[in-house]
Amino acid sequence: MKEPKLGTGLSSRDFFESGRFFTVSYEVRAEYAWDTGPAIGRYLEELKAGRIMGRRCTKCNRVFVPPRAFCELCFRPADDWVPLEDTGTINTFSRCYITWDMQKLTSPEIPAVIEIDGATPGHGIMHMIGGVDPDEIKVGMKVKAVWKPESEREGAITDIKYWKPVS
Amino acid sequence: MGNRVAVIGAGITKFVRRAQETPPELAWAAASQALDNAGMTLDDIDCVIHGTAPDAFDGVHMKAEYLSAGSGGWGKPYTRTYVGGGTGVFAPIHSWMHLASGKFKTALVVCEEKMSSCQPHPQGAFITIFDHTTERALGPNLLWIFALEQHRYMSVHGIKNEQIALASVKNKHNARGHPSAQIGGELTVEEVLDSEILAYPVHRLMVSPTSDGAAAVVMAVEDVAKAQTGQPVWLEGVGWALDTAYWTNRDLYYPRYVEKAAWMAYEMAGIKKPTEEIDFAEPYDPFAYKELHHLEGLQLAPKGGAPKLLADGYFNRDGKLPSCPSGGLLGVGNPIAAAGMMKICELFWQLRGEAGERQIQKPLRRGVAQAWGDLMQVGTVVVMGT
Amino acid sequence: MSNHVAIIGCGYTPIRVATPEASYRELTFEAAQRAYADAGISHEEVQSAVCCEEDFIEGISITDEYTPDQLGVVLRSVETVGGDGLHGLGIAAMQIQTGALDIVVVEAHSKASNVLTFDHITEFALDPIWNRPLGFHPEFIAGMEMNRFLHEAKLSVEDCDRIAAKNRTNALSNPIAAYPARMTSEDIAHSPHTCAPLREAHEARRADGAVVLVLASEERAKGAERPVWIRGTGWANDSPTLESRPWGKDGATEAAARIAYEEAGIRDPSREIDLFEVDDLYAHREAMALAALGVKNGAAGVNPSGGSLGMGHTLDAIGLYRAAMCVDAIRSGRSKVALAQSWRGVPTTSVAMSILSVNHG
Repeated sequence: MKEPKLGTGLSSRDFFESGRFFTVSYEVRAEYAWDTGPAIGRYLEELKAGRIMGRRCTKCNRVFVPPRAFCELCFRPADDWVPLEDTGTINTFSRCYITWDMQKLTSPEIPAVIEIDGATPGHGIMHMIGGVDPDEIKVGMKVKAVWKPESEREGAITDIKYWKPVS
Repeated sequence: MGNRVAVIGAGITKFVRRAQETPPELAWAAASQALDNAGMTLDDIDCVIHGTAPDAFDGVHMKAEYLSAGSGGWGKPYTRTYVGGGTGVFAPIHSWMHLASGKFKTALVVCEEKMSSCQPHPQGAFITIFDHTTERALGPNLLWIFALEQHRYMSVHGIKNEQIALASVKNKHNARGHPSAQIGGELTVEEVLDSEILAYPVHRLMVSPTSDGAAAVVMAVEDVAKAQTGQPVWLEGVGWALDTAYWTNRDLYYPRYVEKAAWMAYEMAGIKKPTEEIDFAEPYDPFAYKELHHLEGLQLAPKGGAPKLLADGYFNRDGKLPSCPSGGLLGVGNPIAAAGMMKICELFWQLRGEAGERQIQKPLRRGVAQAWGDLMQVGTVVVMGT
Repeated sequence: MSNHVAIIGCGYTPIRVATPEASYRELTFEAAQRAYADAGISHEEVQSAVCCEEDFIEGISITDEYTPDQLGVVLRSVETVGGDGLHGLGIAAMQIQTGALDIVVVEAHSKASNVLTFDHITEFALDPIWNRPLGFHPEFIAGMEMNRFLHEAKLSVEDCDRIAAKNRTNALSNPIAAYPARMTSEDIAHSPHTCAPLREAHEARRADGAVVLVLASEERAKGAERPVWIRGTGWANDSPTLESRPWGKDGATEAAARIAYEEAGIRDPSREIDLFEVDDLYAHREAMALAALGVKNGAAGVNPSGGSLGMGHTLDAIGLYRAAMCVDAIRSGRSKVALAQSWRGVPTTSVAMSILSVNHG
């Protein structure tokens, strides 16, 4: 290969402070109101009521969460709603010390994949772990949802504040 | 099966944190070098393929339409394809369709990403990869899913973080010979593990940087390729697979979509025993563990067995099966789609013996490049040979 | 084409102004269910899918993530194209022509009703350095183009009024159309100017819908009941910048047509093609497309479906709706050779087309 051409690197100082480079700044106004569809719509409604609901496909016999209107593997409408527990098992987790724009966090956020009791094993959702010393968290721990007070719930995944390990 | 298709020229820009050039200028820089390398001009090109990942980086809706100025799409059949981080290795597959089908004879394939346009940080573009209704409200960032996947991989196999850190050490070392490299260097495992924990178990030095850059190849069907160069490098097999978007319903310890894509490519290439029939690999390594994860998906290491092979030197440039001889994304940089295309370029240069100080010393007959992306979901695989 | 490709399944949802009952998942699932049933295949037989969509329309970065489930193609070959559905159709056909795949589906959908700031997003497609800072509403591009095209083609605004009235009225006999209306050119002429000479009623209005087409190799299409053959496909871009644009003609359609006509062996399109479902995102674009396609005045049916003016503009799905209308017409004997053509809207010069036929020539 030959010596690559271009890709002229600028330092932060070059770019932001030197005044040698002109920049154009623009903030896009991109706003959406996504229709949830029937399955996620009811999922959110049930969260507001303090319940986690899954959907069952009677062909493959999976109970999945987040719920969906159709089974993506059997490719047919899902059959019925199944109430799930608000307990589960940590499949994997992280202690994250930075925000999306790379700002440091002093106490970490703890995202996890939580397999929900009552759903087919291996079927989980992404949520947060809390109410525990971050260094105490282990894969395989049992956890239970800590809900927002009913008056503060709005039909969103954040109606569950976090999941707390139970002994 | 279809017409034989070869890569006959490659070009690349430097990969940098913040480029002075505009996105179309970066695309042009790579495209024009690839054309020069192939001994062709744009007039010789039948169709143009553009590969680029999210529009949010460059900050332009329908970004490929804007980029067509630099990619050479003016007045030509021009399409943009994307499969997230898998795009760079998918773009030549998309081009292969154009040529193997018999519809076109020559193609210019350009991958570009200018991540620095996205302020205050390119990671902002990744917030909106999550499900808008069931996940985004949690305020996720991209590191979460990598950390969750790495942790799952480690906990299922009992892998230690120092075994994973070694991938960073190897690739940053390899990148020292790459003239496009953004962050090559000599590191120790200790230095990697002493770097700040961003999202346990991911340390800062296990993560590829954000980058601006572009890379391109010229591809042609057999008669054109042979007329143009004595050293065409053939696409022997291609494969791609996409897993479900319900990523929390899958076991993240193993990339089954990479396995699926790999076997599709291997079968096309007539490969039955990948470890014996492939001489070197360019697996996708945006994070250190991903190289190991992907080597397993590519059937080049047993499940959970890549870390030991890495420690044994098996994947070093002078090892039995060199992996990421380019220096990978960890060393050369990660302008998403362009980084995948950089791997295709590396296969081209290595197989032609043109990789300079990065050249693998053993004779090379065949290499494999792979990329990955979306919600830990897509595998794209290209097997190239002399 | 040396190796023939057929459309063996066609599925779409009715086009609607809004579809609050369904997310993009259910909408696409319905189209796929219809398409696979029509093709007489199971979802497991689909080897590969080509999806056509854009991040800022979906409101998702790397929106290709969310494509496989509603098509029933989990863990199979799926790619996404930032293009019109007809780009996708051309690519799906090539996948089969490589000989590596036998059944490939192409999908596109619109949930335009979910996008609250559409014009701002269109503005976001303008060149960030040269064009955006001017602060014009992006529709000005269509107004400028209309002015120059009418000037060069020696057409009048009234000609555009007639096109808009025709397509809205045609949509009355199309049960899936979202904007059918009995309208005359006078009605159109009374609508307010947006970017003069462009009037509101010259512009297609957005709508929701999803389309899935199933493509098969000649071998695999043998068992199909009503295959429609893809005789030729073509796509092209014209100039990338507004500053270098030939405002008075549709160069992209000319370039794409050269490829598609050659492949299909079409020499005299006005005589050999009996149905045109072509771009009418703005009324003048229909005349512009026909001119670029080399179609003489008084040719066969043009947008009998109602086009995007009558059916609704389903964004990157509009091309597949046009192709689906051609498939329906061919299957019902109303057409023997049909052409579907699409443009991706302002500010692009991106065009794709397909020529479909009752036989493979």
